Amino acid sequence: MAVEVKIPPMGESITGGLLAAWLVKSGDAVRKGQPLFSYETDKVTSEGTAEVDGQITLVVNAGTDVVVGQVVASIEAGAAGNAPSAAPAPAAKPAASSAPAATAAPAPKAAPVAAKSGAAAEISPAVRRLSEETGLDPAGLEGTGKAGRVTKGDMLAALSGQAPIRAVAPAAAPAAASAPAAPAAAVVIPSRDGRTSRKRMSPLRRKIAERLVQAKSETAMLTTFNEVNMAPVMELRKRHGEEFLKKYGIKLGFMSFFVKAAVQAMKEVPAINAQLDGEDIIENHFYDIGVAVGTDKGLMVPVVRDCDQLNFAGIEKAIGDFGKRARDGKIQLPELQGGVFTISNGGIYGSMLSTPILNHPQAAIMGLHNIVERPVAENGQVVIRPIMYLALSYDHRLIDGKEAVTFLVKVRQYIEDPQRLLFGV
Amino acid sequence: MSQFDLVVIGSGPGGYVAAIKAGQLGLKVALVEKDNSLGGTCLNVGCIPSKALLHSTEVYQHAVHGKKHGLVGAEKLTFDVAAMLANKDKVVAQLNMGVGALLKKRNVEVVRGLGRLVKSGQVLVRSTAGDRTLETKNILIATGSVPVELPFMKFDGETVISSDHGISLKAVPEKMVVVGAGAIGLELGSVWARLGSQVTVVEMLPGIGGPAYDTDVAKAAQNAFEKQGLKFELGAKVTGVKKTAAGSALTAERDGKSLEFPADKILVAVGRKANTTGLGAQEAGLKLDERGRIVIDAHYQTNLPGVYAIGDVVTGPMLAHKAEEEGVAVAENLAGKKGHVNYGVIPGVIYTDPEVACVGLSEAEAKAKNIEVAIGKFQLAGNGRAIASDCTSGFVKVIACAKTDKLLGVQMVAKGASEMIAAACAHMEYGGSAEDVARTCFAHPTVSESFKEAAMAVSKSSIHSL
Repeated sequence: MAVEVKIPPMGESITGGLLAAWLVKSGDAVRKGQPLFSYETDKVTSEGTAEVDGQITLVVNAGTDVVVGQVVASIEAGAAGNAPSAAPAPAAKPAASSAPAATAAPAPKAAPVAAKSGAAAEISPAVRRLSEETGLDPAGLEGTGKAGRVTKGDMLAALSGQAPIRAVAPAAAPAAASAPAAPAAAVVIPSRDGRTSRKRMSPLRRKIAERLVQAKSETAMLTTFNEVNMAPVMELRKRHGEEFLKKYGIKLGFMSFFVKAAVQAMKEVPAINAQLDGEDIIENHFYDIGVAVGTDKGLMVPVVRDCDQLNFAGIEKAIGDFGKRARDGKIQLPELQGGVFTISNGGIYGSMLSTPILNHPQAAIMGLHNIVERPVAENGQVVIRPIMYLALSYDHRLIDGKEAVTFLVKVRQYIEDPQRLLFGV
Repeated sequence: MSQFDLVVIGSGPGGYVAAIKAGQLGLKVALVEKDNSLGGTCLNVGCIPSKALLHSTEVYQHAVHGKKHGLVGAEKLTFDVAAMLANKDKVVAQLNMGVGALLKKRNVEVVRGLGRLVKSGQVLVRSTAGDRTLETKNILIATGSVPVELPFMKFDGETVISSDHGISLKAVPEKMVVVGAGAIGLELGSVWARLGSQVTVVEMLPGIGGPAYDTDVAKAAQNAFEKQGLKFELGAKVTGVKKTAAGSALTAERDGKSLEFPADKILVAVGRKANTTGLGAQEAGLKLDERGRIVIDAHYQTNLPGVYAIGDVVTGPMLAHKAEEEGVAVAENLAGKKGHVNYGVIPGVIYTDPEVACVGLSEAEAKAKNIEVAIGKFQLAGNGRAIASDCTSGFVKVIACAKTDKLLGVQMVAKGASEMIAAACAHMEYGGSAEDVARTCFAHPTVSESFKEAAMAVSKSSIHSL
């Protein structure tokens, strides 16, 4: 009996994504629980697994946009398949290069193009080759050949952005499909003169773009700055770092200080820990802090839960674990949801000063920057101190300037005098 | 009330195919033919009989040159022209019968006699048996063409002959001059040259084969024919015939100099012209163009309602297969379907050895249209089957669009080019690219692989050439 392999539901907000790579080939024997494909959505990368033992037949090419519930393979339960090859099928690598190829003029709201088993036989060999190499589905083109057939020239024109791609009817895809139109591809397409090349945004990149624009256009965002002398924290790390590492197995970083400082400051300025829902203000009484992590696919913001109840080691461990798993593409969707505040550290890349964009619908985001020795005046003397600039972008609809500035001043005070954290003053 | 849905005048490949197609589609059809046998010029005095003679003489040539293939006594081989002509006539007769049977099967009534267009809806057929008027809803004129006669050297059937005579010479002329290096001249020139005639082909243009072929293709063909003993006098304008002590001679001039070519037979093959003799075109008010061709619209309709015309009697290349396609289109249109002829993909073939064939645009034509082209060529000398089959003369040339890789045209000089060109037509009909050909599996070993190789050569990726 054939069992259909479908794109699994990932959570309410996810309707589709990119089937980034197949880990098996058609005809392979698969075992229940074996990972079959990697699947990239706008939020996470995950794997689809076999539900039964048997022989698998792939239906959809790697690099195809898929929707939740779409059948991507079938497994003939109990059938003996080919011995799985030592290496996974040479499908698209789930790396940056697997970003789908962009095609000109994406049609609005077209359904994703599923690979149709019969279609391959109807297209010319050159068209098939181009389709497989670029992921451009000829079904989306206006063919100029006999009876509307798509010619190689039509494909080349579409790939070079000279011809429009028409919306195509959804092919056996659920009606809920809202994934973007143009088909995905596993390659970067160079332009004719080689001066540009084109690839499609990954679902994650598309989502980031959408969220950033939303934050910019739907909030009244502005940024306040401050500077902080990092000498006391550095001194503490020097004094306790080795012991900390020995005891907890993780380095004492700066991040735990800032998380703790932010939590304490939020307690004192509750407007920061709130968000707008229509005309209502939701006040949060918990401290789940998002920590931005850069990956080769884009920015991810996993959330460290209940930071008010964690000690420094607990925070450092959580961040370290997220960083590693984010780079491996192993972050689970729930781990990205529900944060109330975000800390973004551009300093690790050397940023002196920046204005972070809100992680919508949160009301504020704090940006950390690099630590630079600067001359500062202390008690009438010019002295050299390791200084970091702090930035706080906030939604002015919800947070007044006084609150935002107060918050940031509090953070500064906690960092410059960490003992305050002990007493909450 | 009309007797017929369609009356077709002329039973050549345009007319009889239209009649059969219309019959297939349920129309009541009559086919008018003035000659005793069906099939028109093509079947009776054109394509088919010349192919029979070309084959017979090729068999002879293969045998004569059979020593290297182990044939003993080949040098002493002789031939019997009468038997060759008899075989040709048998082939023609068989096909005459075949056409008759097909027409009968489709309930097409064959009406013997000269068809005359009276007016829309009415055809008068005159024959020795008397006159008969056919009432019909539609009329299709497919009266074909006749050889062009040079005014200063009219056909006499003895010295100055047309292709009609050229396929029926009782003996091999010692010296033959062919006027015109087109398909007909080259084919019939080859026939008689193979049987020992000293053949000189006199052509006004600088190259052979006609304007459809690129210079490199024409030159390769010329070289191959010269090796077989044909002589070419190109760029020479024929001026007339004169009597000499030895017999006759064709006179011509080139660059102001007079030329003289002694000849026992002078085959004039300078083209064909639309045939409307006896049709009553003028009386019926049928509009003809300045070259005597019937003027038609995009749906093959003449200026008279319900009167259509196709084939050699209208504009376009005078080719049997072009007429056939048009005949089918007219029949389909009359039956309420949508007939269509793709004039961009009509092959042309010269059935010599090697054959010369083309379809679509030549390189020169493409360039004249300001299309940037990518050219791929493959010499038959690099083809295994050609080497094994003793036919390494020639090459295949693929003309593709440099931008889209679409096949614009294919030209070739090759044994079996007439068959090989069909693959090119099929690819072009579907808008195929050179890469499509390159990615199509061809049987090995075949001469046709040369086409695939030439297609690969467009992207400089030919496997079997350097």
